[in-house]
Amino acid sequence: MKILVTITEARSVDTIFEIDGLEIDDRYLSSDLNEWDAYALEEAVQRTEDEDGEVVAVTIGPEEVEGTIRQALAKGADRAIRVWDEQLAALDLLDPLTKAAVLGSVVDAEQPDLVFTGVQSGDDAFGATPIALASTLGWAWGTVVNDLRLEASVAHVHRELEGNLEELTDVERPAVLSIQTGINEPRHASLRDITEAQQADIAVRDLADLSLDGGALTSSIDQITLYEPERESEATIYEGSPEETAAELATVIEETGVLQ
Amino acid sequence: MTVLVVAEHRRGELRDPSFEALTAGRELADATDGELHVGVVGGDVERYAERLNREGVDAVHTVARGEEFNHDVTTQAITQLVEAVEPTVLLAPDTVNGLDFLPAVAERLDLPLVTDVIDIEYDEGLTVTRELYEGKVETTLSIDAPRAAITVRPGSWPQAAGTGDAEIKAFDATVDESAVRSTVTGFQEIGGEVDVAEADVLVAVGRGIESEDNLDIVRELADVLGATLAASRPVIDNGWLPADRQVGQSGKTVSPELYIAVGISGTAQHVSGVRAETFVAINDDPNAPIFDVADYGVVDDLFEVVPALTERLKRS
Ligand SMILES: Cc1cc2nc3c(=O)[nH]c(=O)nc-3n(C[C@H](O)[C@H](O)[C@H](O)COP(=O)(O)OP(=O)(O)OC[C@H]3O[C@@H](n4cnc5c(N)ncnc54)[C@H](O)[C@@H]3O)c2cc1C
Repeated sequence: MKILVTITEARSVDTIFEIDGLEIDDRYLSSDLNEWDAYALEEAVQRTEDEDGEVVAVTIGPEEVEGTIRQALAKGADRAIRVWDEQLAALDLLDPLTKAAVLGSVVDAEQPDLVFTGVQSGDDAFGATPIALASTLGWAWGTVVNDLRLEASVAHVHRELEGNLEELTDVERPAVLSIQTGINEPRHASLRDITEAQQADIAVRDLADLSLDGGALTSSIDQITLYEPERESEATIYEGSPEETAAELATVIEETGVLQ
Repeated sequence: MTVLVVAEHRRGELRDPSFEALTAGRELADATDGELHVGVVGGDVERYAERLNREGVDAVHTVARGEEFNHDVTTQAITQLVEAVEPTVLLAPDTVNGLDFLPAVAERLDLPLVTDVIDIEYDEGLTVTRELYEGKVETTLSIDAPRAAITVRPGSWPQAAGTGDAEIKAFDATVDESAVRSTVTGFQEIGGEVDVAEADVLVAVGRGIESEDNLDIVRELADVLGATLAASRPVIDNGWLPADRQVGQSGKTVSPELYIAVGISGTAQHVSGVRAETFVAINDDPNAPIFDVADYGVVDDLFEVVPALTERLKRS
């Protein structure tokens, strides 16, 4: 069985940061393997470990994201593909439909049995790429999967809904499944795995390699502002030493009357 | 312009985010003197249509097909409904199921798609606002297209009220059965021994606690307060506390008298589950969105503040 896993490098902003135009400078950003993708990857690795299977990790991004795709290799992916070129670099915003078109052409080329993705990426949190990808491929899909049992032609999934409720769904294969955190325990890579992954080859593909017309990838969505939200809250923030702030909080708590 | 809202229901009830999406839809339609239409697929559509006929709704389109949400059926039905109604904007709640069909409709109809939107403006063109980086930054996006698909974040608009004089029409969608490739076979409730929804006082702990061993410091605080221990999702995912302690979108909605959030950043999926009379947050990041919902806060290291607070309360 061959499973393709989509991997995103998710960025987070430091405690103190500055916005410059439509960007936050790199020095205020840290990057890591997207939390949800780590679970998707682990699920794929576990599904293929016992048999002669293969896990192919795919990412869209410039050379700088290779550290993240190497993390996926260290954590058990057999191969890695990175898609990038000037036309993608020129796009203002990689929206879910664009990502789906690019990933769809990788799926066409690789012909996996299943595609696993994370439910969302932690930074832009669109949460829409898996479904758009399934739709592009004409495949079935299951989203927010927190339990999975695979049979030859069907995936039995639990989808996590709101309010401690799960939906039990049978999804025909091939399918795109978006994986929710908590479904498994993602492994830590060993030092040896990390060293090996540093040396592994990463296949770089451009849109032409994937027979995609870059001109068709224009998005009508443009980012026009980026700003720190005005804090709506009227929160009283206490300052001082931990003893001082704790004393203030203790007073607030006493005033609520919850202490008997 | 015409706005088409897709309503959501589950186990026989329309869900609240449907009525919030109606408000967002009406505001948008008003900006151009336009019409607000609603689509509802599956279940007791006639009963749903009556309830969806809130003030400002011009038409409700019902698609009687199946009992519960099935994304393949909804995708087909809504794709056809969009072709018939030709809305400028297609809106759905940003819920697990809203996100489970709208991207497919957008892909099929080649509509630009923006999810998890917290504000929409129409002034010569359509602009939407959403959050980035776990709520620390906001961005506005302009959508320059004749038509667009948007999901709206629950809790961002009030629910539409009153009664409208909508035309209620059965929409005859043709469902291609061979393209229905998923079947919902049932539901399962995740229960546990502790019901955090019942507690008057909650001490909730998040990823900031760093390890299972460190939980002792929040346990001690909970003990002196007679509080129940709750958690954000990463704590549960790591197996440090059982699933019944999770507060938030996929966990429990809680409404205690006092909620103390310790080392929790305050993503929408967490805070959507908290309606506390008094909300206290301890977090070392002054930009953490938890301070948007907190009444009282301390920006400092929880490993210093929490033990000091416990000591202080022991004395009182
Ligand atoms: C479909 C879906 C459903 C979800 N449902 C839920 C849900 O029901 N409940 C839920 O909680 N999440 C849910 N999530 C996950 C949610 O998106 C977030 O990932 C999660 O809430 C983050 O938890 P956190 O705040 O504990 O962690 P983080 O976001 O990592 O925040 C940790 C915070 O601790 C602070 N901190 C770190 N160290 C210290 C210190 N020493 N002292 C003080 N502060 C410190 C940091 O500054 C940070 O603000 C869901 C996600 C999806 C996609």
